[in-house]
Amino acid sequence: MRSRAGDLGLGAVFVGALVFLYLPIAVLVGLSFNESGLPTAWGGFSTKWYSELARDEEIKSAAMATLTVALAATAVSVLIGTPLAFGLARLRSRLLDGLVFVPMIIPDIVLAIALLSGFNLVFTQKLGLQLGLWSVVLAHATFGIAFVAIVVSTRLAHFDHSTVEASLDLGANESRTFFHVTLPQIAPGVIAGALIVFTLSVDEFVIAYFTAGIEITLPIKIYSMVRFGVTPVVNALATVVLGVSIALVLASMRLRGRQAAS
Amino acid sequence: MKHLRPTGLVAVAALAVLAIVVAVVAGSATAKTSGTTLTISNWDAYTPKDLIPKFEKATGIKVKLAKHTTNEDIMGKLEAQNGGGYDIVFVSGPFAESLKKRGWAARLDQTQIPNRKNLYPAASRLAYDLGNKYSMPYTWGTTGLCWRSDLTKTPTSWNDLLKPSADLKGKTTMLATDRWLMLPALKVLGYSINTVNPAQLKKAAALLKETKKTLLAYDDTTFYSKLVSGEARLVQAWDGWCNYGIGENPKIKFKIPKEGSDVFVDSMVVLEKSKNKEAAHKFLDWVLRADSGKAVTELVLYKTPNAVAMAQVKKSLGKQYPNLLIPPKLLLTFETERDLGKAQPLWSRTVSEIVG
Amino acid sequence: MRRGRLRSTALVSPALLWWAGLLVLPVGLVLAYSFFQRGTYGGVVYDWTFDNYRRAFDSLYLSVLWFSLRVAVEATVISLLIGYPVALFVATRPARWRTVLLVLIILPFWTSLLIRTYAWIVLLNDQGLINRVLRGSGLVDEPVRLLYNEFAIVIGMVSTYLPLMVLPIYAALERLGPELAEASADLGANAWKRLWTVMVPLTLPGIAAGCIFVFVPTLGNFLIPDLLGGGRRQMVGNLIQGQFLKARDWPFGATLAVSLIAMLLVLVLVQSWLARRGADGEAAPNAV
Repeated sequence: MRSRAGDLGLGAVFVGALVFLYLPIAVLVGLSFNESGLPTAWGGFSTKWYSELARDEEIKSAAMATLTVALAATAVSVLIGTPLAFGLARLRSRLLDGLVFVPMIIPDIVLAIALLSGFNLVFTQKLGLQLGLWSVVLAHATFGIAFVAIVVSTRLAHFDHSTVEASLDLGANESRTFFHVTLPQIAPGVIAGALIVFTLSVDEFVIAYFTAGIEITLPIKIYSMVRFGVTPVVNALATVVLGVSIALVLASMRLRGRQAAS
Repeated sequence: MKHLRPTGLVAVAALAVLAIVVAVVAGSATAKTSGTTLTISNWDAYTPKDLIPKFEKATGIKVKLAKHTTNEDIMGKLEAQNGGGYDIVFVSGPFAESLKKRGWAARLDQTQIPNRKNLYPAASRLAYDLGNKYSMPYTWGTTGLCWRSDLTKTPTSWNDLLKPSADLKGKTTMLATDRWLMLPALKVLGYSINTVNPAQLKKAAALLKETKKTLLAYDDTTFYSKLVSGEARLVQAWDGWCNYGIGENPKIKFKIPKEGSDVFVDSMVVLEKSKNKEAAHKFLDWVLRADSGKAVTELVLYKTPNAVAMAQVKKSLGKQYPNLLIPPKLLLTFETERDLGKAQPLWSRTVSEIVG
Repeated sequence: MRRGRLRSTALVSPALLWWAGLLVLPVGLVLAYSFFQRGTYGGVVYDWTFDNYRRAFDSLYLSVLWFSLRVAVEATVISLLIGYPVALFVATRPARWRTVLLVLIILPFWTSLLIRTYAWIVLLNDQGLINRVLRGSGLVDEPVRLLYNEFAIVIGMVSTYLPLMVLPIYAALERLGPELAEASADLGANAWKRLWTVMVPLTLPGIAAGCIFVFVPTLGNFLIPDLLGGGRRQMVGNLIQGQFLKARDWPFGATLAVSLIAMLLVLVLVQSWLARRGADGEAAPNAV
């Protein structure tokens, strides 16, 4: 009954996409074990870059800084962007729907300079605050809110209001209805939006460089290494990040499996 | 009905992360330090590892080292902060001149920098800041041709790059930054590297547009690894960078073409808005020590204008990296890059036309 | 009714206030520089002028824009052709697999773009893996120039922005849930028809969002043209950044930025009008 042909076709595209996306990953993981520092010459197998990574306090603290900023920016974006999506769905204004995209269409350098000028005037000069990771969070959330709102809106576009009405009719109050009926239905949209913002923040250089004061995030550290050659220490770090993420994913699958079973 | 638990988890996660935000804000905002702290911006891996710890120990002044990727980035930040935010910045010559012209570079008190006596006399005759009134030079060098001696014959002229022979077509690179992209053409045509004459720029641009057809790529950062891998055989290079290639493959060589070249300088500038000028002077003085200069050259394989340091380094590194031995007298026969003032947009546009 | 308006206002206010202070005001001020002049050594001199806008209409900038639009369209179309099936695949897997598969797609993007781009250079150059495969399989005799050209730039863009296409489409598809699985179960001539007449219109907002998420950043990306393009072609991102940082001509940079933003704003408003139209044209909220 269930035709395998179409499923296989989709699966083939999926696998093809994975190959395409992971080819450069395979290369950079391989290079993390390269004795030679240059990407174009294989000098033999070596784990020296991993030892160097372990000793490199600056890269490690930059990585932590980036993680903090990305998580915070994602949280803020979700907390402000999700209600925005709901408001937009209610207001049904095509103009507002379009304007939500504005943060995305401002060129990076313009946003970076604008925010630094503004932060400098207001926070540094008037309030005596040093710019730091917190100002990067503010900057990243500024475009993050838009991404979350847009993605959640795609979920709300055909939202089934009858479930909400049913819940209210059955006596649940608004808050309960929101958390137990509405939120689960839009959750995939929220998760997708959160993933986008997190991903964008983690590797964002221009805006972070201008708004971070003298703090150093991972992209700032990596891009600044370009002058004297980006050594495979960065590849080693990337491999570690990948390894940890995959481990987390596998662990969460195990957890889900046990939950489902119980 | 879908699971209810996930939403609770989401709420908790959000709160946790908000807590992080608060912590981060609190942490950054109340960064009160006892004693003086100098905020310095430099390129990554451009300061010897020991230099700052030794300075901090000897003087009790703390240093926070920020990074910038290019001159343009740090200048952009300074512009947006109206010349504030740092005590010292490391920038190349024309940018130091620009900072001076904007009124953002502090006039140096030479009496607080006794180690300047270690500098070559030539180092005080750099046109972008005669007498080192607003900056102190950190490293210097020149631009030339860097090639694989086993893959192509020795070049003599910039034309070997601009109008390459058949075996070199598609195997050459030029520097991407505007001042250096234009340099070979300007030298070949006999113009000043600081020319603002539109007709001269046009002629140089025409020459470079032809060159682009034979070029592999414009590359500021990975040209030496292209030489090592053989992807390129002849590249335009800063002398210090060519040394990185030489370090990997001794068949790589460096030469200044017969038409001449430039002398570029990376320098240290104390910002006028700095509140720690005395400490900043101490830092500059520290950097001009002989042992500091020696460490700098050993780290980045550039020449420093520190005569005492260079004398110590010549023996150990000079053989492997001959361009370290280029005498300052020769360097000073070349022009140094100046700030272009009003003509900067014209230059940028000219380069845009070449690159397309 | 009035309570409804109050509720809507409360929902959108945090975002709008945030953007008023952190977006409209600072960015507006910078864009306003486009009406002023560059100081001799950089900075802004407050003499009103329209010269910058006159300068902007120049064949050089228009050709850069044209090239950028072309690359952006190519990258968007390819990303859509790959991204839709990928999103569909993930959306039709059992629920517990979906997040895992999404993370798998996104994982590469938690590594630095810079080293991923260097990896592409290793893959695409004349002695790289791809050329070796092509030559080894006898398809070509000479290495094919895959690098430092438009091809490499587009590959770089697609490989960078593909997840931004997949995620919004997935979010839109996943909502269709069980109906989707059923539709994919009975595949044949009917399925294609069903795909076009039912799924695509329903996921139009997701498709539109995905396209914009790829199109806009592609235009503004400066790293990929520099590295994978060998600096041989500029794109709009390089151009605008160059004005602010290299030429230190903020007024002109602002002018180019205003022009770009205006164009993209039109694009985005048209998109949202079309998407909303799709939603309004629906029969009832709980159709399907």
